[in-house]
Amino acid sequence: MAVDTTEAAAASEAARQAMGGIGVSLARKEDARFIHGQGHYVDDVVLPGMLHMVIVRSPHAHARIKGIHSSAAMAIPGVVAVVTGELLAQHKLAWMPTLSGDTQAVLATDKVRFQGQEVACVIAETKYIAEDAAQLVTVDYEPLQAITTPQQAIAPGAIVIRDEKEGQTDNKIYHWEAGDKDATDAAFARAAKVVSLETFYPRCHPSPLETCGCVADLDPVTGNATIYMTSQAPHAHRTLFAIVAGLPEEKIRIISPDLGGGFGNKVPIYPGYVVATAASLLIGRPVKWIEDRTDNLISTGFARDYYMDGSVAIDENGKFIGLRVNLLSDNGAFFADAQPSKFKAGLFHIVTGSYDIPAAHIVANGAYTNKAPGGVAYRCSFRVTEASYFIERLVESAAVELGQDPVTTRLNNFIQPEAFPYKSASGFEYDSGNYPGAMKVALDMLGYDELRKEQAEKRAKGELMGIGVASFTEVVGAGKGKDYDIAGLRMFDSAELRVHPTGKAILKLGVKSQGQGHETTFAQIVAEELGIPASDVEVREGDTDNTPFGLGTYASRSTPVGGAATAVVARKLRDKGKIIAAHLFEADVADIEFAKGKYNVKGSPDNVKTIQDIAFAAYTNIPDGIEPGLEGVTYYDPPNMTFPFGTYLVVVDIDKGTGQVKVRRMVAVDDCGVRINPMIVEGQIHGGLTEGFGIAFMELITFDDEGNCIGSNFMDYLIPTAWETPRFELGETVTPSPHHPIGAKGVGESATVGSPAAYVNAVIDALSHLGITNIDMPITSDKVWAALRSKGVTE
Amino acid sequence: MKVTFEINGAEKSVDVEPRTLVVDLIRTKLGMTGTHIGCDTSNCGACTVLLDGRPVKSCTLLAPMLEGKKVTTVEGLAAGGKLDAIQVGFHAEHGLQCGFCTPGMMLVGKALIEANPHPTEDEIRWGISGNICRCTGYMNIVKAIQHAAAANAAENTAGVA
Amino acid sequence: MFPAAFDYIAPGALDEVLSLLSQHGDDAKVLAGGQSLIPLLKLRFAAPVIVVDIGRVDGLEGVRRENGHVRIGARTRHRDVESASDLRGTLDVLLDAAPLISDPLIRNMGTVGGSVCHADPAGDWGAVMLAVGAEFVVKSAGGERVLPAAGFFEGPFTTGLHSDEVMTEIRIPVGAGRSGGTYLKLERKVGDFASVAAAVHVVLGGDGRIATAGIGLCAVGAHSIKATAAEAVLAGQEPTDAVIAEAARLAGEAAEPKADIRGSAEYKRDVARVFVQRGLHTAINRAQGAAA
Ligand SMILES: Cc1cc2nc3c(=O)[nH]c(=O)nc-3n(C[C@H](O)[C@H](O)[C@H](O)COP(=O)(O)OP(=O)(O)OC[C@H]3O[C@@H](n4cnc5c(N)ncnc54)[C@H](O)[C@@H]3O)c2cc1C
Ligand code: FES
Ligand code: FES
Repeated sequence: MAVDTTEAAAASEAARQAMGGIGVSLARKEDARFIHGQGHYVDDVVLPGMLHMVIVRSPHAHARIKGIHSSAAMAIPGVVAVVTGELLAQHKLAWMPTLSGDTQAVLATDKVRFQGQEVACVIAETKYIAEDAAQLVTVDYEPLQAITTPQQAIAPGAIVIRDEKEGQTDNKIYHWEAGDKDATDAAFARAAKVVSLETFYPRCHPSPLETCGCVADLDPVTGNATIYMTSQAPHAHRTLFAIVAGLPEEKIRIISPDLGGGFGNKVPIYPGYVVATAASLLIGRPVKWIEDRTDNLISTGFARDYYMDGSVAIDENGKFIGLRVNLLSDNGAFFADAQPSKFKAGLFHIVTGSYDIPAAHIVANGAYTNKAPGGVAYRCSFRVTEASYFIERLVESAAVELGQDPVTTRLNNFIQPEAFPYKSASGFEYDSGNYPGAMKVALDMLGYDELRKEQAEKRAKGELMGIGVASFTEVVGAGKGKDYDIAGLRMFDSAELRVHPTGKAILKLGVKSQGQGHETTFAQIVAEELGIPASDVEVREGDTDNTPFGLGTYASRSTPVGGAATAVVARKLRDKGKIIAAHLFEADVADIEFAKGKYNVKGSPDNVKTIQDIAFAAYTNIPDGIEPGLEGVTYYDPPNMTFPFGTYLVVVDIDKGTGQVKVRRMVAVDDCGVRINPMIVEGQIHGGLTEGFGIAFMELITFDDEGNCIGSNFMDYLIPTAWETPRFELGETVTPSPHHPIGAKGVGESATVGSPAAYVNAVIDALSHLGITNIDMPITSDKVWAALRSKGVTE
Repeated sequence: MKVTFEINGAEKSVDVEPRTLVVDLIRTKLGMTGTHIGCDTSNCGACTVLLDGRPVKSCTLLAPMLEGKKVTTVEGLAAGGKLDAIQVGFHAEHGLQCGFCTPGMMLVGKALIEANPHPTEDEIRWGISGNICRCTGYMNIVKAIQHAAAANAAENTAGVA
Repeated sequence: MFPAAFDYIAPGALDEVLSLLSQHGDDAKVLAGGQSLIPLLKLRFAAPVIVVDIGRVDGLEGVRRENGHVRIGARTRHRDVESASDLRGTLDVLLDAAPLISDPLIRNMGTVGGSVCHADPAGDWGAVMLAVGAEFVVKSAGGERVLPAAGFFEGPFTTGLHSDEVMTEIRIPVGAGRSGGTYLKLERKVGDFASVAAAVHVVLGGDGRIATAGIGLCAVGAHSIKATAAEAVLAGQEPTDAVIAEAARLAGEAAEPKADIRGSAEYKRDVARVFVQRGLHTAINRAQGAAA
């Protein structure tokens, strides 16, 4: 008997693996082309007659343009054109709308407003010639004073950066509030203790290993515009291209081929795309533009740059009763944040985090500076990262001031598992969660109590060791469409599923993978729902002619929205299959049962028709009055966001002599609801923890007083290698999303959102007994050294 | 000028400007696009190739420097349709996400285990520290290289037995 | 990013290289591993008319011991110093420094001589050569010169080398006596140049006292710095904690750092001190453990 059960179990496990449904760590279907070096990225696109474009950029952060001279460049054999803003202006293309309802210069005409701004484009037969010629384009500038911080920008009398804008008399962009001011004031009035924190989340950059670029191919005869571009949102980009360039949308085809990472950097539309497209139209030949790394770092979508200060009101029992946060955002020269249009600071108001804080008030102000535009969510859902960082740092400060272990402070204030769905003070409805549960798993994995003992012993010897805690909650998976849109386009997403007569399927999606493994994960959803093995499901994305309209992949929305669309469309086909099965069985539809790819009549479980049988019948033996085929499309508008969460714990050791921080351990317990492919989920978490580590310790875009960008190449914009990167220990809990068809929440970004505070809290935990309460990221050794020396600690 | 060298076992003779970078020669002139470009300052390793068996950054080599040398690119890994152990390792251990760093990582990994068939995790991390991966956090790249090392070891034992 | 156009030649004989250099003067650039020159060409910070690749000249590579010297061919790759494990016990500082230079791929191409000639104030070999008292053999069509490392580095990317000269060899004296050394480098990540680094090389006399000490500092001045006052205070002394601390203090004072994104001048100076202090302890321990 026992043997039989084991054998049966083994057989069923083998069947489960072969099917590759939800929960199976299926090796990725897309790997084959990449391991053969056959991935197809934009720079791999070569078209007959293709020209190459190089952008001439401003060396100044702020200057008036007096003249642009291109004759020397034009004189080089092989140069086809030098495009300037003046030329674009003749076609009404010198300016374009941004994703946040502002305008942005495509090529500067009046002034340059940040170092690296696009001034002219050289188009030539080869890249070498284009670069040679770009050196010869000279521009006369009259330098103006540069504004490099939002504090300078909003100070009275500051030079106005956007003087071309009607009615713009200062550098303020927006003022935005969320929550309830009166209720929050009342809470602070009765607080037993108020703990405050002022901190800066510096500018960093998603910097995918592949930069941005495009190949624009406009056919002057047919009017067809095929644009290969690095796009995380090809459908939205097609529509925006139609609007910006005035091209008929039915003629535009955006193809986003394999992407070498995105992390938010490939959400906006950049001037290079627009100029290459216009140039291809004017010249009648394909034009390729590929950024170099400096182009990418100095001009495309940066992230963060938020100055945050705030306080938590605490009652006599150590309970949080109110939260105030003030935010000053540096948006650069054009307000080009990629975010839902209603929310000027993205979803920053999730700042109450994992804590039951009955009153909150958030005030946000945005300012123009002479820095690159395009605040994108670097592996983050619209500014959730900044919010999570702030609250997790503030809770750390609260614990220090209360004289509590930071774990205790958190446990005392968590939203409790039975409180879900939970309505937050700033207006979100959290779908599900079990914060103490994730915390407990993490503490056990780490051996928290032992490490606290070790820390005490070390401290007695004058050695510095710290344990950092962060218990983040994210909000991902936008929309619903009524509340969340990008440039007016509602944030739903789509899936089109066709089962072929032989029972194999093709799934087409409106989202777009940048390495997240969609071709595998989404096939697994179909396998789960329809019982067609994942290996038989081909997934297509990125070509607007051949996929249904969707808003794309960012803000961890593919699984919550595109994944839901996939499950729903599969269920539609399953139901149609029941009709066909009833016909084949000559039974009543109501009597047909479906499980794991097999249909049977109730009561006769052994007489089955497989989904493959049904698919064949859909094309060969369909009942009268039913449309042939087994195909459907779903546009899924989610009823709510999903709220992944987790607890991250970090142990650091600090070298007193040099200020160097060594991350000894990093335990990450994530709850992203149901995990479709656990291996891929873990891969996403590893990547996010590494980017979080980079942000916490080394990634930085900064500027000198003249507005020169520091961090403009990989010598200065530091990305961790395998050597610095900690070895991660992952754990999980599973709290399904109640409103998602398969209970999944999205995980692409949790680790970047949650981990920076854990790393920083660990450093502060090592130093707080010395009276050190904050060090802004990136935590570099010189900052730690300075903090130590300021307290008289030396080697 | 004319440069003659061997790439993935085939001899090539090309006419190039001396300033041509090897990465561009491979991608544009030879049409092998598996070798990528991720930076301009020799920091990322997306352009890694093997030069006489040692991994180097092909964006930091001039085409004429190839004269008489042997180059291996990712396209040369699978011999006669059979995947190299390193390719198998990357697939089995989920050692790649976007795939952009992958050709370089696999070549470095292959050279590493050829020189040191039983590397420790530290040795692997040190060995791949000239290559940036923005996606994977390196955990699974380490495993992928270990996987390949184990497979090679198993094959060698099988060969002896 | 591509270099501006140039001519290229890779002579098979040193004489040919030397005559090309005397012919083209400042218009010519020697190419060794290319790991500094090619990035500069790509950024168009350098735009020579002709690049003379010394990659085909015989006899410029390898690490050998001869006549009381360790002789390193100028074109020896960083990687090949890294694996010259028989230097352990004699020139620990070289073995410790080599793996900390840039990253494994750059080390497969970059050369010791190229690094020394390039004279980046943050280049690691400069400090090492100062610590071990190296001499550089340089040749031109007119003959050969032997230049001591001390005094060779004149400023950022400037040395005593003339534009028609090629460095062919680095000679490091290895005398009697037990020696030990080490290299400590503060870098922000692998592949980064040093924020601060210190090279330390100590030779003990038969009496257990410090016979000579060499200390080189990296990235804390316009060029690699030899901390002569610190060296002097150690010479002939018992290796006590107090002497070491004093030497470290003097080494910190010898540093002339500038504040930048990596930290304040005070920070760098203090790290130089800390590194020299730690480095001396390690070097002396190693020397005490070493066979004479
Ligand atoms: C990303 C990156 C990181 C790096 N990190 C470090 C680091 O941490 N520490 C460090 O020390 N270095 C570092 N380097 C530099 C590297 O070590 C170079 O290899 C070295 O500086 C130059 O050696 P090369 O053989 O490549 O010289 P090349 O680039 O070929 O030449 C450099 C200069 O020296 C001249 N030259 C070369 N050889 C001779 C010769 N024999 N005689 C006369 N002149 C000659 C050339 O004309 C040229 O001006 C790094 C480089 C890169 C790209
Ligand atoms: S492309 Fe980045 S190192 Fe070569
Ligand atoms: S897999 Fe994307 S950079 Fe490594």
